[in-house]
Formats: sequence, structure tokens, C-alpha cells
Amino acid sequence: MRTLTVKPKPKQQVATERRVAPERQVVPRRRPPTKRRRAARRNLTAYGFLCAALFCFALFAWWPIVREVVLSFQQTNLVDEPSWVGLDNFRTVVNDPAFGEAWRNTFVFTLLALLCGYVVPFAVAVVLNELRHARAYLRFVVYLPVMLPPIVSVLLFRWFYDPGPGLFNQALDAVGLPTLAWLDSTSTALFSLVIVSTWMNLGAGVLIYLAALQNIPGELYEAAELDGAGILKRIRHVTIPQTRLILTLMLMLQIVATMQVFIEPYMLTGGGPENATVTVAYLMYQYAFVYGGNYGAGSALGLMLMLVLLAVAAVQLRLTREEK
Amino acid sequence: MKPRNLAIVLTTGLALTATACGGDSSGSGGSGGVSITVACRPAKTAPKLRDAWDDDVATFEKAHPGVSVKSTDQQPCFDPKTFAAKLAGGQMETVFVVPVTNYGDVIAKRQAKDITASTGVVKNFGDIKQDVRGMVTKDGKVYGVPNVSYSVGLVYNRALFAKAGLDPDAPPRTWEEVRAAAKKIADLGDGYVGYGEYGGGNTGGWHFAQALFSRGGEMVTDGKAAFNSAEGKAVLHNLHDMRWKDDSVGSRVLIGWESLMQQMAAGKTGMMLGAPDVITDVTQKFQGKAADYGITGVPGGKASLAGGEAYMINPKASPSQTKAALQWIDFQFNTPGKGRFDFARGKANGEAVGVPNNDYMGDSPTGKAIAEGRKANAVLPVKNYEPYVDAAPGITPKPEPEKAQELYAVLDVAMSAVLTRESADVDKLLADAESKANSILARR
Repeated sequence: MRTLTVKPKPKQQVATERRVAPERQVVPRRRPPTKRRRAARRNLTAYGFLCAALFCFALFAWWPIVREVVLSFQQTNLVDEPSWVGLDNFRTVVNDPAFGEAWRNTFVFTLLALLCGYVVPFAVAVVLNELRHARAYLRFVVYLPVMLPPIVSVLLFRWFYDPGPGLFNQALDAVGLPTLAWLDSTSTALFSLVIVSTWMNLGAGVLIYLAALQNIPGELYEAAELDGAGILKRIRHVTIPQTRLILTLMLMLQIVATMQVFIEPYMLTGGGPENATVTVAYLMYQYAFVYGGNYGAGSALGLMLMLVLLAVAAVQLRLTREEK
Repeated sequence: MKPRNLAIVLTTGLALTATACGGDSSGSGGSGGVSITVACRPAKTAPKLRDAWDDDVATFEKAHPGVSVKSTDQQPCFDPKTFAAKLAGGQMETVFVVPVTNYGDVIAKRQAKDITASTGVVKNFGDIKQDVRGMVTKDGKVYGVPNVSYSVGLVYNRALFAKAGLDPDAPPRTWEEVRAAAKKIADLGDGYVGYGEYGGGNTGGWHFAQALFSRGGEMVTDGKAAFNSAEGKAVLHNLHDMRWKDDSVGSRVLIGWESLMQQMAAGKTGMMLGAPDVITDVTQKFQGKAADYGITGVPGGKASLAGGEAYMINPKASPSQTKAALQWIDFQFNTPGKGRFDFARGKANGEAVGVPNNDYMGDSPTGKAIAEGRKANAVLPVKNYEPYVDAAPGITPKPEPEKAQELYAVLDVAMSAVLTRESADVDKLLADAESKANSILARR
């Protein structure tokens, strides 16, 4: 009779067997990640940065906009619970005698600022681009006002415009021209503010246009010259078409910026004389911080301004798309 | 750091920062005490005044065990632009100051605590003039403790008066005399301004109201604009003629409260409407020569716009904080010889002691004690201010009209018009201003 004896396996063999998984123990294999998941994993870092940016925008831009829209339908003292007042704030604003004046001044200022602050920087950029000498120096000189704090620029112009010892009247007097009242006359006050605004913002525009001009291939100008085009024709048929995209973008930015003009009337004229320089932004400030904290009316006016600017931006985008 | 980790850190950090914002200070001073915050600590640029304030805080805390006082030094003390936002954000001090121009707004919006039941904590509260207390009272409830009150007068440059052949000791008492004196000063030569005036930034309308009251006019009557009157027209006609016929008010349209005082301190402007605190600013802030400036009663003298300030309590203050706050107000702002009325210390610290810029206690025992202390320690030529002090009892102080700032903005137009346009039609300007003002006053 044979007896079965179980021989112990050698150690190494046992170890090997332990390492090898039995065939029946099937490990559930992971499904291969979908295309979307792969993309998400690959872009995780980008999403992280995007989250931070979105968070900042939400907290400091979009949330205040939402609050402003809500506030324009409320009356609040910022201490008690606000009360809903429907369209009362809008009625208050529209019935204000200064409402029409503020919009008219804002549109006139925007138009004048476009004529000066849009055409002048482009012309300066073209001239600088054509120069062969002292380019860097002139760029610095042109950009210098941008580096000054706005308040300093404004105070500087307060002295320039002074009807007595002011620089402008002294200069006019020196060449035998009649002096002007500048800020102290309804006919010149708004235009005086346009000059300040143009001077303060000229440098930034010039630099952007210069960058666009330097991207225009030189061959285009050479071809135009061979065809006998003079400088004006070269600007019309080469420079402007080649910089159209920047020009339209700057136009929109300029409109949006100039329609929010505040610091110049606030610091130089206080909205006067005779409300000649009251702007929408200045009137908003008056509602919120001068007329006893009427934040609802200030917000309502702000909302109106925002809608107008959105309309301008929408028209601009449409035009840009059509061009493309 | 890897970009991924940086992104995670950035996002997490921002989230934590946002959640950390908006904390509110509690009012418990720990160990059962009470903690209050008080506004108006002098700025670091005035080290002596700041030290004096800190000494007062220490003295007060010693006298009131368990009360902890934390001072803030925002300049200016009261800023209407940030006031409501500070309240809403829980950053407003327990004790804050409000100028008389803003009493109405702050009280109407319930942005100050009703302290009717606690006024007894301020020992001399009953000595404060009734009309001054009335300004911080609404529907029988008290919302503040006034600590400054004055009325507008005529600040003038005595040195220029003498130079122009005018008697500095006999300043103008009527608007006709003002006009005549202004013409003489302007005739001194280029750059001389006889009478300085504002034309914008809400200051033009403010000064219109002052001139109107002085002539016996009214801004608002029964909820309707009342300035389109003989007195109102006289104000504008007078200013127009001084500008275009006499050329005695200069050609600058001044805006902003400080612009006219800077011009005054430069020594070439003869007169301006202003309260005694203008002298303090002209001499201390803008370095005018103290001996040159005097003040007299407002020309016309029928009535004068009242100025001043009061301390109020944060509506969110607890009862124990309210009590401690009123004890501080009592100690620092309402006790002769203590705090702001420690004139001897003020004199030693180089303060402009002597200007009669506060008559909120009137002839009460406290008022007399304050006046004596000021006179005994005066460093400014108090004789220059006697015409104002002598005229004051006969001039009725008038509070600001309702919706004052909006009405001032409307009247800026009329003021700037007569100062900038020779063809300005006074009747039309006032009629336009009246209809605008009525639409403002009709709003709830």
C-alpha cells in the first residue's frame, strides 16, 4: 500500500508561487480613460490657473456688477436691510435736471476725445515710425505723461490753465494772442478737459500703434513706392489697412474709457461752470457720495452707462467680425 | 515650484484670503471689560497733538477701569465718501464725528444710535445750547453730542485793509461796504482780489446760502424752494457787479473747500465768507500770518448759517459700549480744562489757541469756563476776533436746509454763471434753479 507523503516544496518555489497570481483571480482592469478625461488630466494645471483667474474676476468684477444691478432697484443705508423700490431710482435719475446735461457732456467729451485722442496718437506713431534718429528718446518723451500719476497731471494742468499766471495764457500773451478763460468759461471748459485727457493718455496709444506699424512688412511700402505712391497714399493704402484690427480695437477701448471720464471734471472744474463739465460718472459720484449716500440712484445711473457701453462694444464686435 | 503645484497653491490661497476677509471686531474687552474704538486721533504729522491724545486715552482708561480705548487716525475724521461703507463693513468706530452739514442724512438713515436714555452720562449735556442740541434731535430722540458750534462771519485780511487805506478795526457791516472795500483792495494792483468766492464743487451753492441768510432770505419754505426772492437776486446781482463792473473778485472759479483758504493765506485776497475755523486753517494749515487775519460778523447780519460738529455712536454698539463711548465723549470733548479744552497744554504744544470757533455751550457755566480758559491761554491776536464775538449775539444761527447738498449743486450753476458770464441773466438763473430745486424737494 502506497502512502502519499506530501513533500515540502523548496523555499524558492514557494516564493515564486506566491508572486504569481492564480489564474482565476482576475483583477478588474481599468477602462482606458476617455478622450475627454485625458484632456482634462493633461490640462489640470491650466484649469488650476484658470480657477484662480475666474475667482478673482468673480470676486472683484462680476459680483460687484451683480450687486450694482440689484442695488439699482433698492434703497439702502448700508446698515439696515435694503428695501426694494422698483424703478424709483431710475425715475429719480431720469427726472434729475442734470441727467440730460451729463449725457450730452459725456457724448461731446467722447467725440472730442476721439478726434484728439484717437487721431493724434496714430499720427504721432506714424511720424515716430518714419524717423531714423532719436527714436528711443522721443518714445520716452511721448510716454512720460503716462508714467505720471493722473492726479499730478491734473494738478499740473490746473496751473497751465490758470487765468492769471498760467502757462497757456502767458504763452498766448507772449505771441500777442488774446488769452482764454479755459476752465472758467462754458465754451472752453469741456475742450480744456479733453486736452488734459489726451495729454495723459497719448503715450499709451502711440506705443500700441508703433508696435502695430513695426509689424507691417517693408516690402509693401517698397511696392507702393515703386508704384509711385506718396506718403499720404502709402498711409491710406498700406498703413491703415495693415493696422485696421488694432485701430478698431483701440477705437472701442477709447470709447469705453472716455465715456467714463471722472477725474478731470472732479479735480479741475467740479462739474462747472454752469454744469458744462458734469459727466455721467461725475453725476454718479455726486449721487453716491455727495447727495447723502443715494447709492440706489448712483447704481441706476451706473447701470445705464454700462448698458450704453455694452451696446457700443456689441456694435464694435459685430463690425470686427464682418471685417474678418 | 511645479506649475501644477503653483496653480493649486494660488487657488487655495485666494480662497482662504476671501474667507478671511470681512471679519468684524467684537466689543468685548476681555476679562469682562468693554472695548471701544474712537475716531479723530491726530495724525503722525502732528506728533505733539498725537502724544496729548494718547495721554488722554491713558488717563481715561485709568479713570474707567475695564474700559479699553482703541483710537483711529483717519484724516479727515469724517469722510462722507467712506462713511456708509465703513458702517456696512463693520469698520466704523464706536465713537465717530459728524459735521453739521451731515446731521440730517446720518440721523434720517439711522446711521447713529439713539442715545436719548443715556445723555446723562455726559455731565454737561444740559449746558449745551438748546438750538445746538436741537440739531441732533429728531422726533424727540437724541442722536449725538454736539461739541462744536459757530456761525459764519466775514474773514478779512487786516494788513490788506491797511494797505488799501481801509480801517482794519472797522470792518464792513453791510454788503455795500463789502463791495466798496473789495474794490479798494482790488485797485492795489494785479493779482489782488477784494472778495474771494466759490463757483463750483457744491461750495458755490453753499456760499450762496450763507449770503442769502445774511440778507434775511430763506432757502426752503414749506418744502418749496424760496431762494428766488429779492434777497436771492441781490446776492447774485452783487456778485455779478463785483466781478464785471468792479473786477474785484478775481477771474478764477474756485472749487473745493480749501481753494479759497489757500488763496486767502497767500495774502492777496481781502475778504471771504467763513467761520472762525477758517482762521485756524489759514494760519496753521496754509501758513498765513496770524497777525494779518481778523473776523467780523456776517455782512447784513440778519442770520447766519450755523456750522459745527457732533460726536455720535455707532448704531451697532452694545449698551455697555454706548455707556463707555459717552464717558469718553464727556471726558475728552465736554469737560473744561480736560481733553480738547486743556488750553494750557494746547498753548504749550503750539496750537492756534484763541480763535472764538466754538460757542456750543453759550453763556452756561461750562461755556463761560471754556471761554475763560481759551482767553487765558490765547496765542493768537484775540483782539482781531472781537468784531465777530461782539456781533454774534445779534445774529440768528440757521441750520442747513433739507437736501442741502443737492440744492447747493443746483445753485453752483447760478454762482458760476455770474462769475464767468457778463451776460448772465440773474432772474432766469434763479427761476431755473428754483424749478430744479422744487423737483428735488418733491422727491421723497
